[in-house]
Amino acid sequence: MADISDQLQQQVQTAHAGRTPLRIQGGNSKHFYGNPVEGEVLDISGHSGIVSHEPTELVLTARAGTPLDEIEATLAQSGQMLSFEPPHFNGGATIGGAIAAGLGGPRRPWGGAPRDLVLGVKLLDGQGQVLSFGGQVMKNVAGYDVSRLMAGSFGALGAILEVSLKVLPAPAKTRTLVLDMNRDDAVRAMREFSRKPLPLTAACFLDGHLYLRLAGSHASVNAWKQRIGGEETAEHNTFWQRLRDHQLDYFQREQTLWRLSLAGKAPRLACEEHSLLDWAGAQRWVYTSASATEIREEVAAQGGHAQAFRHAAGIDAFQPMEPLLLSLHQRLKQRFDPHAIFNRQRLFQHD
Amino acid sequence: MPNENLDSLRDRLAGQFQKIIASEFILTREEELRPYECDGLSAYRHLPLIVVLPGDIAEVRAVMRICHREKVPVVARGAGTGLSGGALPLENGVLLSLARFSRILDIDAENLVARVQPGVRNLAISEAAKPYGLYYAPDPSSQIACSIGGNVAENAGGVHCLKYGLTVNNLQALKIVTVDGELLEIGGSGLDSPGFDLLALMTGSEGMLGIVVEVSVRLLPIPQRAQVAMAAFDSVEKAGQAVADIIAEGILPAGLEMMDKPSLRAAEDFVHAGYPTEAAAILLCEVDGDNEEVSEEIARVRQRLLKSGATEVRTANDDEERARFWAGRKAAFPAVGRISPDYYCMDGTIPRKHLPRVLREIARMSEEFKLSAANVFHAGDGNLHPLILYNGNEPGELERAEKFGGKILELCVEVGGTITGEHGVGLEKINQMCAQFPPEELNFFHAIKAAFDPLALLNPGKAIPTLNRCAEFGAMHVKAGDLRFPHLERF
Repeated sequence: MADISDQLQQQVQTAHAGRTPLRIQGGNSKHFYGNPVEGEVLDISGHSGIVSHEPTELVLTARAGTPLDEIEATLAQSGQMLSFEPPHFNGGATIGGAIAAGLGGPRRPWGGAPRDLVLGVKLLDGQGQVLSFGGQVMKNVAGYDVSRLMAGSFGALGAILEVSLKVLPAPAKTRTLVLDMNRDDAVRAMREFSRKPLPLTAACFLDGHLYLRLAGSHASVNAWKQRIGGEETAEHNTFWQRLRDHQLDYFQREQTLWRLSLAGKAPRLACEEHSLLDWAGAQRWVYTSASATEIREEVAAQGGHAQAFRHAAGIDAFQPMEPLLLSLHQRLKQRFDPHAIFNRQRLFQHD
Repeated sequence: MPNENLDSLRDRLAGQFQKIIASEFILTREEELRPYECDGLSAYRHLPLIVVLPGDIAEVRAVMRICHREKVPVVARGAGTGLSGGALPLENGVLLSLARFSRILDIDAENLVARVQPGVRNLAISEAAKPYGLYYAPDPSSQIACSIGGNVAENAGGVHCLKYGLTVNNLQALKIVTVDGELLEIGGSGLDSPGFDLLALMTGSEGMLGIVVEVSVRLLPIPQRAQVAMAAFDSVEKAGQAVADIIAEGILPAGLEMMDKPSLRAAEDFVHAGYPTEAAAILLCEVDGDNEEVSEEIARVRQRLLKSGATEVRTANDDEERARFWAGRKAAFPAVGRISPDYYCMDGTIPRKHLPRVLREIARMSEEFKLSAANVFHAGDGNLHPLILYNGNEPGELERAEKFGGKILELCVEVGGTITGEHGVGLEKINQMCAQFPPEELNFFHAIKAAFDPLALLNPGKAIPTLNRCAEFGAMHVKAGDLRFPHLERF
């Protein structure tokens, strides 16, 4: 619980002067995600603490090193939540890392991604300047939206010092239903449910089971449970947290884990030898013997992209970009971080 | 630049455009240019050098290549309903109208995405999606006329932002033509894409970074039911507290609007919505969802409003009454226009808790500047629209109104808010940007601009002030007498 921004700023200024590469680190819970980074550690974890949370404003501001656990516990006291349901993985995840990685959990198609909830950021740019963008209000169209741009940028544009987020009321009632069905029927059901005004907040298919999470008012959740049917057991209540943090048995292989992001309605791809469908089919966790090139061509043909998420073993973690898009990224990177000191190669394997 | 030079530049450009676009879509005569001299902010007017209306992406690319080669600035324009002068043309520049990009290309109901051309009207998307039980959530008040390309450029909001987000939260993909005529595809079929979130950067960039030539938006299932409650309060403080109490109750209303006494009286006189005219303020609180949820929540809203000190709470019994409750709110701007020769509309956002203080300050300034103000407030998301009443024919009133407005925006920044919630900076609020951002951040915005548009040819002079300009002072005004699109709802 401390403000160490001066110390972090000094370290970045020194690194900028000496052109020393830095590896930004919060809880180190997502060290495997993205391409390997060499560099001196810029340890954000000490820059911690909730700066403000006003439940009736639906806004929380926290220093980047604040653990997600702490933020979620604070929000829970007022019946609120981070609607993007960020993964904690090994438990040490921080809010800065959650935003920089841009990952949403099972609720993402309904509750938004980190970028959807970011209202403002304070950051250190590559020259060690402290800059503030956005703010603590829901509607703000003054200037370019730099705060959302930081979400999912893997630290390539700067080190997040502080973030303000829109938070939402947690649902009064949550129930998880499990239905036995084959993949085709499950995909059809997930897509159909997504098009209906029902209180769906997660939809996953794994090993012959369709898992649905309903959350909302008591009356609504109970009514839809009656209509949909399915089994409901106590064990299933922890399913979503184990899915979010990759604690399910499915994720325990020592083999490259691919993350496919594409249209939920996209057909089963040839590379999907073993797959877990989350986000009603729009996020697929895949183990496969197909090559990176084969996977990426197949996913790109569906308008999506593939990430080598864990155990990437030298494969570029991210789908290569078109040259025009890549050069735009490089120009932006150059302006935020002229000496490329931050997280070199994490996002672009060849920078 | 002397006129002879502009005339020869116009001729040269027209000659080059004619090689790629039918001549009926290249406008050069003054009477043809006149309709493009301003957008919804009619106080600022310039004739463009030339107007070009390309019909497809290849033509936009060709136009941009020509302009880039000639180093001529380009202002893109959708429906021209914007309120901040974002589409104000330049006397030495090309006005690129996307009006011919008016086709809905695909409604992919299974994937909840509509792919449309940028000139498609906001409301037309929801109309096209309706047979599938879907709709497009952001609903700026001008939605019957404003185009989706302009919505992207301005990051348009509406009355349902608290629950459903702004334009930026409802986009799937964009096609952009860059300043040098390249085609950039951002986003994909999934819920994310590799690299930086350029979708977020482009949204609300006011035509400064590229030309939007195709938009894919996310669709949502149409809620089964919506219900609205209207509550009257004998003080603005109590109404403000009631908003906080509803949120604290864990309710996320689809719409939550407040009107103060001057605005609710003007609206009641105009459309007879049934508002209690003796109230100091009213709240409209709408909940939507499935039947069970709405029944449960509207009962909670009603109880909460009474506990928070409402002198009266009425729940709409049917769709007709619901429409009537909303009619007053939606007519607030024209209603104020009836009681004052001119008015000047502000668009600040504040942390909600500061509402009583901000309204007290506005009342004090109202005395100081000797001008009345009426306030309407998107209370759920903190977006305040004070309307300053003035008479442009009275010497000095316009200047006082502008000063008053500037002070309100500075107050919004002072309490931790922003100078624009949904109307954009454009030309109108470019000076107030200096109050909100220090030089370091402004320089950063210029650096981002340079990464996309190093020669600053796209909509130059808008949205981000130069540091030199920040010494100046300016303001915005909408003259009711001049208000363009008077038939459009403005709220």
